[in-house]
Amino acid sequence: MTATEQTMRDVFVHAMSAALDDDPRIALVLADISADRFTEVTERHPDRIHDVGIREQAMVGVAGGLALAGLRPVLHTITPFLVERPYEQLKLDLGHQGVGAVAVSTGASYDYPGAGRTHMAPADVALLDTLPGWAVHVPGHPDELRAALDTALAGDDRVYLRMSEQVNAEPRLGGPGWQVVRHGTRGVVAAVGPTLDPVLAATAGLDVTVLYTGEIRPFDAVGLRAAAGSARPDVVLVEPYLRGTSAHEVQRALADLPHRALSLGVRRDTELRNYGTAQQHTAAHGLDAAGIAAEVRGFLG
Amino acid sequence: MTGDEKHDNAATSTMDVLWVLYDRVLRAHPDRTDDPERDRFLLSKGHGPMAYYAVLAEKGFLDPDELGSWAEFESRLGLHPDRVLVPGVEIGSGSLGHGLPLGVGVVRGLRARGRTRPRAVVLLGDAELDEGSNHEAIAVAGRWGLEQLTAVVVDNSSSTHGWPGGIADRFAREGWATRTADGRDHEDLHRALTEAHPDRPLAVVAVVEPYDQEEAA
Repeated sequence: MTATEQTMRDVFVHAMSAALDDDPRIALVLADISADRFTEVTERHPDRIHDVGIREQAMVGVAGGLALAGLRPVLHTITPFLVERPYEQLKLDLGHQGVGAVAVSTGASYDYPGAGRTHMAPADVALLDTLPGWAVHVPGHPDELRAALDTALAGDDRVYLRMSEQVNAEPRLGGPGWQVVRHGTRGVVAAVGPTLDPVLAATAGLDVTVLYTGEIRPFDAVGLRAAAGSARPDVVLVEPYLRGTSAHEVQRALADLPHRALSLGVRRDTELRNYGTAQQHTAAHGLDAAGIAAEVRGFLG
Repeated sequence: MTGDEKHDNAATSTMDVLWVLYDRVLRAHPDRTDDPERDRFLLSKGHGPMAYYAVLAEKGFLDPDELGSWAEFESRLGLHPDRVLVPGVEIGSGSLGHGLPLGVGVVRGLRARGRTRPRAVVLLGDAELDEGSNHEAIAVAGRWGLEQLTAVVVDNSSSTHGWPGGIADRFAREGWATRTADGRDHEDLHRALTEAHPDRPLAVVAVVEPYDQEEAA
C-alpha cells in the first residue's frame, strides 16, 4: 500500500460526511472515537451528529431511538466497545425494537497490537451471528468498504461494517456472495475479507478453487455448495476473526454432500499476551501465507 | 389478570401515573399510533405491565377481552411488553435501563426532523436507576437540554442501596428540571408533568408507598 492510499477509516469518514450532506435521513452516533475527524461536518449538521462521550450503552440506545424516530443511524467506535460492551443494547435497542442501524467498527481483531487484549475483539462476528437479521460485511479493501457503506445507508436493516487496517492489494466488487477467484479440482479454499492475499500466496501452484467474499452474512450457501460440487469437496474456510465463526454455515451449506472442512482464523484456545506488530499476530494465528499453506497442504494431503 | 403476582407491586405502583399520563397529558390515540406528531410513552420499567395493558385497553388501544389471555403462547401481551406486537406500545422492554437512552435518541431524532412539539415520556423505577445505562442517558440529556424528554421515576424505595440526597438531586446535578410529586395524587402528578421547563429535560419523581418486601417474597 502506498502512502497516498486511504485507509478504510479515511474512506468511511469521507463517505459518511458526504452522506450527511446529501441525505437528511442519515444520522451519526459517536462515543468520542473519531469525533475529531467529523468536526467540520458536525458544524454543518449539529442536529444529526450525536457524540455521547465515552458512553457506549447510550450510543447504541440513542441509535435505536433515532431509528424509532425515522432516521437512518450509523454508530461507530472501536470494535470491543461497539460490539462486546453494549452487546445487550445491540440485541434489545435495535433488534428487539424491530429497527435497523449501520454499525461501523474500527480496529479489527489485532489491528492495534500494542494496545493488547482490551482493544482486540476477534469474537465480533461470532457475537453478531447470535442475533437475527444482521448483515455482516468484512471488506478486504477500502473501495469495498465504500460500496458496502453506500448500500447500507440506502437501506433500513441492521448492517455491521467491519473496518480493518489489513487489506488486499486490489478491491473485488463482484459481491455479495462468493466470487470464484480461481478454479481448481483438489479442493476449495474460501477467503473472507483481508485474508485473500495471503490465501492466494499460500495456494499458488496448488490445483484448488479459491473463493472470496467481503460479505459473510447472509452466508452464500448456494455459492459454496456449487464450488464444492465442482471440485473435491474438501473445504478450507479462512476468516480474519475467531476461528470457526462460520463453520456452522459451511456445515449447513454442505449438509447433503459428503465433505471435509477445516476452519482457519484467530485462535480461540488461548489469549495471546503479546504486543509487537499486526504481522507478528497474523503469523501467531497461522494466518500468514506460510501458515495457511502448511494447513492447506496438510489438510488436502 | 393473574399469574404474575411477583410483580404486583410493580404494576400497582405505576397505576396512577399511567392513568394521568394517558388520560390528561399525552397526545396519544389508538387511531394515530403512526402519527409522527404523537407523544411517545416509553415504559422502561417493563416488568409488571398489568396496569399498562389495563390503561391501554381503557383508552381503546387493546380489546379488554384480550387481557384475559395474557402470557399465553399466542397472546400479544407478555409479562414484558413488545412494541412489535402491541398497538401503541412504543418500545419493547423488560431488561432494565434501556428506555431512557432510547428516549434520548427519539427526541434527538424528532428534533432532527423538525418536530419540536412531541414529547417522549419515559417511565422508570427507583431501583431501575441502579443500572448504569440510565446515568449515561441522564448526563447526555441534561447536557443537550432535551426539553421534549421527560423521565418519570416511580419511587417505591425498592433500590437496594438507595439514593442518598434523593433521586431528584441526581437529575438536577446533570441539568434537568425536577419535580417531586405524590405518586397517588392525580392533581399533583398532572401539575408536575405539565408545568413549563424551558430548555431542560424534566424529571418527575412520583413517590408511592414503600415496596413491601414480605409481600413480594
